[in-house]
Amino acid sequence: MLHRTLLRSATITLRNSKFQKLQNADNFLSSPKVFSRLSSHFTYVPDTVSPSEGETVRMNMFQAINNAMDIAMTSDPSAVIFGEDVAFGGVFRCTLNLQEKHGKDRVFNTPLCEQGIAGFAIGLAVSGSTAIAEIQFADYIFPAFDQLVNEAAKFRYRCGNQFDCGKMTIRSPCSAVGHGALYHSQSPEAYFAHTPGLKVVIPRSAVKAKGLLLSCIRSPDPCIFFEPKILYRTAVEMVPSKDYEHPIGKADILIEGDTVTLVGWGTQVHVLREVAQLAQDRLNVSCEVIDLVTIAPWDKETIYNSVKKTGRLVIAHEAPLTSGFGAEIAASVQKDCFLQLEAPVQRVAGHDTPFPHVFEPFYLPDKWRCLEAVRVAVEF
Amino acid sequence: MRAATRLLLPWSSRLSYTARKGIHTSPQILSKDERPQFPGAKANWTEKLEFVKSDLYDGIPVYRVMDRDGKVMRPDQDPKLPKDKLIHMYQSMTLLNSMDKILYESQRQGRISFYMTNYGEEGTHIGSAAALEPDDLVYGQYREAGVLMYRGFPLDQFMNQCYGNELDVGKGRQMPVHYGSKDLRFVTISSPLGTQIPQAVGSAYAFKQQQKGLCVICYFGEGAASEGDAHAAFNFSATLECPIIFFCRNNGYAISTPTHEQYRGDGIAGRGPAYGIQSIRVDGNDTLAVYNATRAAREICIRENRPILVEAMTYRIGHHSTSDDSSAYRSVDEVRFWDSTDHPISRLRKYLVHNSWWDDAAEADWKKKSKTMVMQAFANAEKKLKPDWRLMFTDVYEKMTPGLKEQMKEMEDHLVKYGDHYPLKNYAKANTPLE
Ligand SMILES: Cc1ncc(C[n+]2csc(CCOP(=O)(O)OP(=O)(O)O)c2C)c(N)n1
Repeated sequence: MLHRTLLRSATITLRNSKFQKLQNADNFLSSPKVFSRLSSHFTYVPDTVSPSEGETVRMNMFQAINNAMDIAMTSDPSAVIFGEDVAFGGVFRCTLNLQEKHGKDRVFNTPLCEQGIAGFAIGLAVSGSTAIAEIQFADYIFPAFDQLVNEAAKFRYRCGNQFDCGKMTIRSPCSAVGHGALYHSQSPEAYFAHTPGLKVVIPRSAVKAKGLLLSCIRSPDPCIFFEPKILYRTAVEMVPSKDYEHPIGKADILIEGDTVTLVGWGTQVHVLREVAQLAQDRLNVSCEVIDLVTIAPWDKETIYNSVKKTGRLVIAHEAPLTSGFGAEIAASVQKDCFLQLEAPVQRVAGHDTPFPHVFEPFYLPDKWRCLEAVRVAVEF
Repeated sequence: MRAATRLLLPWSSRLSYTARKGIHTSPQILSKDERPQFPGAKANWTEKLEFVKSDLYDGIPVYRVMDRDGKVMRPDQDPKLPKDKLIHMYQSMTLLNSMDKILYESQRQGRISFYMTNYGEEGTHIGSAAALEPDDLVYGQYREAGVLMYRGFPLDQFMNQCYGNELDVGKGRQMPVHYGSKDLRFVTISSPLGTQIPQAVGSAYAFKQQQKGLCVICYFGEGAASEGDAHAAFNFSATLECPIIFFCRNNGYAISTPTHEQYRGDGIAGRGPAYGIQSIRVDGNDTLAVYNATRAAREICIRENRPILVEAMTYRIGHHSTSDDSSAYRSVDEVRFWDSTDHPISRLRKYLVHNSWWDDAAEADWKKKSKTMVMQAFANAEKKLKPDWRLMFTDVYEKMTPGLKEQMKEMEDHLVKYGDHYPLKNYAKANTPLE
């Protein structure tokens, strides 16, 4: 199993360790030997925060997520965390020490059953508790699809706002990790984007993960929070210690540019940052890089404004091309920015195949495929 | 090594649980006579190769209080409910029955789009509802309208929902019989079968955590019990120690599917013990037996924070729904037997008559009165407009998203031009701003 490979050494080193000690373990894990099997299709660029954000602590993404949940549990006595193997800290260490700190009734393992986890979360939320549920891998969210799509998403609507399950959040590790193959690599956001009533959020960094997760937990609507698992340890930066939230439904412009708009989310944002540099160096083209952040409801305004300025759009995501969320963005942009478009909208995505094991380097929408799309858009 | 062992043990479960179930905490030194040490089960060894038979016993017995003539069989089992309460129970059952007849007919006449009757199962609703406290939370399937009736859901509201008119608290969005009431703590019904079962468990966990002293009851049919969600719920409720009553209405059919095509074990009650859930089977046509079982279940689940499974044996006398003709898969004689010889309403009436709390005059009087009330509510609901069509866009999220506002605006513009082609005159205009 993937998480065993990833974590065996971590578990040995980390068992019974306290939060502070994680830093060392993390350095150990990030050493080239341990991660030799991971293809590195991107270079992580840390987020920086302004000094006005107050005290900051160096954290990776799993620690930031852990910290967000710790804050949520402390500020809301009704909050509970549950899922498969969360009690001992989680297979990705996201819930480390939370049971010791907040008690066994508030941080607990469930039986191994995703539809049960989602249904249980809805019920908690309906009765006024804040439910923070974990699905161990996004690839295994499908048994809960019915509960999420037919139930959670429609709860408020169908009863005329008498009941709702807004106090639930599902967290789940998603996307490529180098060797995750079919069932430890998927990016299922588009399935949920087709479901009115759900909010779907994907962070690109430790700083964003903390702020967005706190927003999701406190949002009055049911949220699905996909965590790009390759960033758990790679995404390291100075994260504000305070309790803060980042808005759901708001995209971030990371690099300003005026010739091509590049849109992605999660890990892909870091690929696109590199593409912008490559485009500058090799094609002398200035790219604007945007992290969409929220898949549903998505920030049309920011994307439209950028495309109206640049006239060209490249959308890149790991999930397969056909009916991926890029299709939604492309269709909307061609309708609302038709006169400003100088070239057809380009989509660079995973192929329309299951996510393969040894072929991963040829599957992902890596920087070279993205660069080529930029070239096509500019030379059209 | 020590740490590795620790990971294998159920150390994360709560202490009370570990103590109560006597789960071992570390492997014993091995000796010839040791018991099996496998962490997965507590059991002895055997040297006999033997499969456990699925039909070892006669089936879990069906608990009853009254016979078909409404006579109490063992006086100590008579719950001796006060007269007022019993009359309220009886009147709720019969009022539901009158409402069913009129709404079924109205569907046949095309006045509402869909309906599902409760014929033959009124006793399961009323007997269980009467055993609960008003603040206990109810999750249902769709054939439990009697629970709402007992709790005082107004006839007008039933009708408003079926008509989807502007007074419907659900704002006309769901099919008929998908009732819900926040005030009466009855969670809104949805069509996907079984989904409410793990949700009810989550709510029960919240109650335990909030130390409410309340329980959750969750109703479902024996067909729905085949869904994966039922399995999820039973298992979660036991391992997470939730104060919930699972109430299964086993009426012999899931649409056309008879129970022998639904399962091959001892019904639904037979599954409870396998999940570590105390279980009981009752005569669902014996309202007092249902009452006793539910009352006892409620006490245990609140006192001990544990789930209880009640399987009420009954018979679906009506068609599955107005979209179903049940004579296509079962005999009219079979239906007649249950309707005429073992009906929960007539059985409770006989019990009342034996106690001199009811007679033919009272019966005739109430029949007339209840029919008038139903007809009145029906007429009121039918006269009302449908809700403002723009309510189609609210409550998807707590606040309307920019995308939804845009779509609503597009539709408004469209109707300015093409309004003639839409049934606008049947829809009200909301006088409060929509958000
Ligand atoms: C998930 C799902 N599958 C199928 C259906 C269609 N359906 C509606 S009612 C029903 C039969 C339910 O039977 P049972 O649970 O025994 O309840 P009863 O109608 O007998 O009260 C079916 C198959 C549905 N609503 N939901």
